[in-house]
Amino acid sequence: MAVTMTRITVLANPKRFLDYSSALLPWTGGFAFVLLAVGFYWALFATPPDYQQGQSVKIMFVHVPAAWMGIFVYSLIAGASLGGLVFRHPLADVAAKSAAPLGAAFTALALLTGSLWGKPMWGTYWQWGDARLVSELILLFIYLGYIALWNSIDDPNRAAKAAAILSLVGAADVPVIHFSVEWWNTLHQGPSVTRGAIDPAFLWPLAIMALGYTVLFLWLWLLRMRTEIFDRRSRALMLAKGA
Amino acid sequence: MADFFAMGNYAVYVWPAYAATAVVLVVAILSSLRAHAKARENVRRLEMEIGEGDKTT
Repeated sequence: MAVTMTRITVLANPKRFLDYSSALLPWTGGFAFVLLAVGFYWALFATPPDYQQGQSVKIMFVHVPAAWMGIFVYSLIAGASLGGLVFRHPLADVAAKSAAPLGAAFTALALLTGSLWGKPMWGTYWQWGDARLVSELILLFIYLGYIALWNSIDDPNRAAKAAAILSLVGAADVPVIHFSVEWWNTLHQGPSVTRGAIDPAFLWPLAIMALGYTVLFLWLWLLRMRTEIFDRRSRALMLAKGA
Repeated sequence: MADFFAMGNYAVYVWPAYAATAVVLVVAILSSLRAHAKARENVRRLEMEIGEGDKTT
């Protein structure tokens, strides 16, 4: 218990965080570039056409990881928010706030690329009756609402609390997205990867792309958390200067 | 090469999907880097002006 508490306290210190993240930035950034370079090359040049979908299957490599990231990042936000509310961890709301624009970008990308894949495969860009499509759109709106809420409250402590509560309410959409393809069997197909119904020729480049998106997110998340810490410090200094 | 760009007649769907992905990722990277550099510079400047001991950067 003592060890765990020490660890949490160590990471909770914004100054320590700045030191650690500073050392991690070049590694995560470099690793993300390598993974994405390999992933894009592999996906575009070294994968065969699908026996049913032809070359439209190329969209899978940018679409599926984006959708995963949208949910993954949201879960991190909800987890950090809960940690912030319960344990009052000083970096929790910084972590949650900094992740949101990235999660929103991945979710928007999932919707856009999904729609571009839907047209040739289903004959339509969009269908309001499809639970997966609609629950994913709702996720984007939750992200945008979350970001707007942060921006609408000046006091960081009050903003953090309100945003944390919103993120926990919105977390109800995550299982709905996940199970939507099983509960409502409409346009969107069920998961192929977890069923093992995907050929290794597709699975490997998909895994590299997913890892590339994840490491890219980690790099940008660190950058944005540092930005937020700097901004708060600036704000405090401005107040001190004015006093 | 022409075959590659044609994407088995799915070019109008595949290339916009990849272009959108590239644009979103590049914008996310550039905006995050720029905001970070600006915020760090801001703190440095304020710390210089105030001349406090407790340095962040």
